[in-house]
Amino acid sequence: MIAMQATTGRATDAAASPVPAFMTRDVCVFYGQKQALTNVSLDIHRNQVTSLIGPSGCGKSTYLRCLNRMNDIIDGCRVTGSILLDGQDIYSGSMDVVHLRARVGMVFQKPNPFPKSIFENVAYGPRIHGIAKDKTELEAIVHNSLEKAGLLAEVKDRMDQPGTGLSGGQQQRLCIARAIAVQPEVILMDEPCSALDPIATARIEELIDELREHFAIVIVTHSMQQAARVSQRTGFFHLGILVETGDTEQIFTNPRDKRTQDYITGRFG
Amino acid sequence: MSNSANGAALPRAAGLGSIFDARQQVSEAVSAGLKRRYAREKRFRLYGMLATLFAVAVLGILLFTIIRTGLPAFTQTMIKLSVTLYPQEIDPKGDRDPQTLSSADYQRLVRDALDDYFPDVTSRNDRRELFAMISPGATYVIRSMVIADPSLIGKRIEIEVPLKDDIDQFAKGKIDSEADQANRRVSDKQIGWYQRLVDRDLIVSRFNTTLFTAGDSRSPELAGIWGAVVGSFWTMSLTLLMSFPLAVGAAVYLEEFAPKNRWTDVIEVNINNLAAVPSIVFGLLGLAVFIGFFGVPRSSPMVGALVLTLMTLPIIIIASRAALKSVPPSIREAALGVGASKMQATLHHVLPLAMPGMLTGTILGMAHALGETAPLLMIGMVAFIVDVPSGPLSSATVMPVQIYLWSDAPERAFIERASAAIMVLLGFLTVMNLLAVALRKRFEKRW
Ligand SMILES: Nc1ncnc2c1ncn2[C@@H]1O[C@H](COP(=O)(O)OP(=O)(O)OP(=O)(O)O)[C@@H](O)[C@H]1O
Ligand SMILES: [Mg+2]
Repeated sequence: MIAMQATTGRATDAAASPVPAFMTRDVCVFYGQKQALTNVSLDIHRNQVTSLIGPSGCGKSTYLRCLNRMNDIIDGCRVTGSILLDGQDIYSGSMDVVHLRARVGMVFQKPNPFPKSIFENVAYGPRIHGIAKDKTELEAIVHNSLEKAGLLAEVKDRMDQPGTGLSGGQQQRLCIARAIAVQPEVILMDEPCSALDPIATARIEELIDELREHFAIVIVTHSMQQAARVSQRTGFFHLGILVETGDTEQIFTNPRDKRTQDYITGRFG
Repeated sequence: MSNSANGAALPRAAGLGSIFDARQQVSEAVSAGLKRRYAREKRFRLYGMLATLFAVAVLGILLFTIIRTGLPAFTQTMIKLSVTLYPQEIDPKGDRDPQTLSSADYQRLVRDALDDYFPDVTSRNDRRELFAMISPGATYVIRSMVIADPSLIGKRIEIEVPLKDDIDQFAKGKIDSEADQANRRVSDKQIGWYQRLVDRDLIVSRFNTTLFTAGDSRSPELAGIWGAVVGSFWTMSLTLLMSFPLAVGAAVYLEEFAPKNRWTDVIEVNINNLAAVPSIVFGLLGLAVFIGFFGVPRSSPMVGALVLTLMTLPIIIIASRAALKSVPPSIREAALGVGASKMQATLHHVLPLAMPGMLTGTILGMAHALGETAPLLMIGMVAFIVDVPSGPLSSATVMPVQIYLWSDAPERAFIERASAAIMVLLGFLTVMNLLAVALRKRFEKRW
């Protein structure tokens, strides 16, 4: 309950001020000698879903992984430019990476629950960060998160069963619950529906729309329809360059760049 | 793009017939080769089956010989004696002083008992031969009975004591009574006396408990593997205690934390090489470093364990790294993604998932160490040690070395016991390997 209030409180603040959650300027990423991203400048706003689209290998995942410094664990990966979260440079020495990842959650392409119980999956984040004061509070957070992820009804009588025993779509929602249990400010989703059937996809899309109320969401997707359905803003990547960014409606109805137009009309990619 | 599309359009219209021709050709080629392919596959399967059969047969022969040689060692031929515990022999003063009780001449009582059975054997030489049929262990049996219960003194007790190993071998049919007397270790007279004892129902065959409770001895009928088992236990425990944490630590560091650069490559190559170093080299190293430099007691389980730790370390490190590698990276990402530190991700998620694989590797490494002999010969664990080791610093031997010692002995009965010890050792190894299989099964279920 406390958790809900806290997040809604933050959301109202954000609505009052137009300062973006993430402000990225001239981001370049190198894998060894190879440059994967060139001068990407993009803002991620609160209470909005930002979708990143583009042909395979254009650097969407790479960009996403910059936002919670997941690229740190790749040997030889180097990031330049500035990425500000609430005005603070996340690559500066004063930003602790553990703290950053608590503020910026991530949902991966393939559902990856821990091979532990459903409860443990969701409780893990709050526990390591010491968010809950006692057991009842932890239980409240777990319930709350599962509820928000739209999974509670399906799993409430089998919380102690392994999370890996759920269906693919349920597992992905479990991963979303796990991410929101830490009450992040931003949630990054890398093709969260690519392994799911249309029904599970529709559920997740609904969920994303609901979650927008509390979080800033960035979603990478290969489905134009999905981007059009769930996002308010869209960025189009091509060959490591952010070609065009704008309101989703504008991008899909009236793209300024020829490459964007070709891509969304299916001429390449 | 448009150029090549135009180019492709032309032969497509003209060559519809030739595509059919090509298909026909392919299908003919496939069916022509099919028979040959199947024949080759059949031959390949046959080779595989023959190889497996050969391996199973060799293993079967090995086990059969060991069991056939070793099985008799599990029984011991005993003689029933009726011993009178004369007070004037054992405790002339009658004060039951433990000192007197333990130093009394029990051998004499045994001889008296035998004299009762064979009043006709009177010559000095014959009596010596007669007494030689009974194991020196008989006196220990009586002594320990008397010390445990001094009230027995003055009474007549019925006991079963082991016969000497040669008579035991004869009783088990291992000595040919037809052979020339000079070439066998049992004389015609002894055979005659033995037959008389059998006729009077005084010979029994019992399960050989001594084999499992005693340490080594010069007399085969008094020798047991317990000393070696305890020595092996100490050595293995210490090896496990030292090698497991070290190996897991090294594997986790190398796999999860170390940067991948030239130095870690060098370390990797070295670890792999270390696993292939002949074990005797580790023994030489142990002799020079642990005994020579650090002064660890020679022959002790401690120094044995240090040497075996060096030997098993690379095996466990390699297995542990493989186990860590097999944990999907998505688990690490999941943990890091919710804000776990690298340490937490490793300890909470990666290590538990890799643990069964690590344990499997550890058990296989330990099984390897349990059967290792060569390096232990270098550090003095090959000494003749009668006492059961009392701790990691007392002199000890281990099972494979005990087997080595016994199989080298001239007495037939020792050869028999060596085979029995091999059976016990194989039993331990089987249990360890089954444990490893069970762990692997659990590991597979996870995914
Ligand atoms: N770990 C890595 N090491 C080296 N190069 C990489 C690595 N990860 C990605 N790349 C390269 O960076 C470029 C961008 O990759 P990225 O994964 O960001 O593409 P993407 O847009 O997410 O593609 P997809 O839609 O297929 O997921 C690609 O050319 C890829 O080969
Ligand atoms: Mg991607």
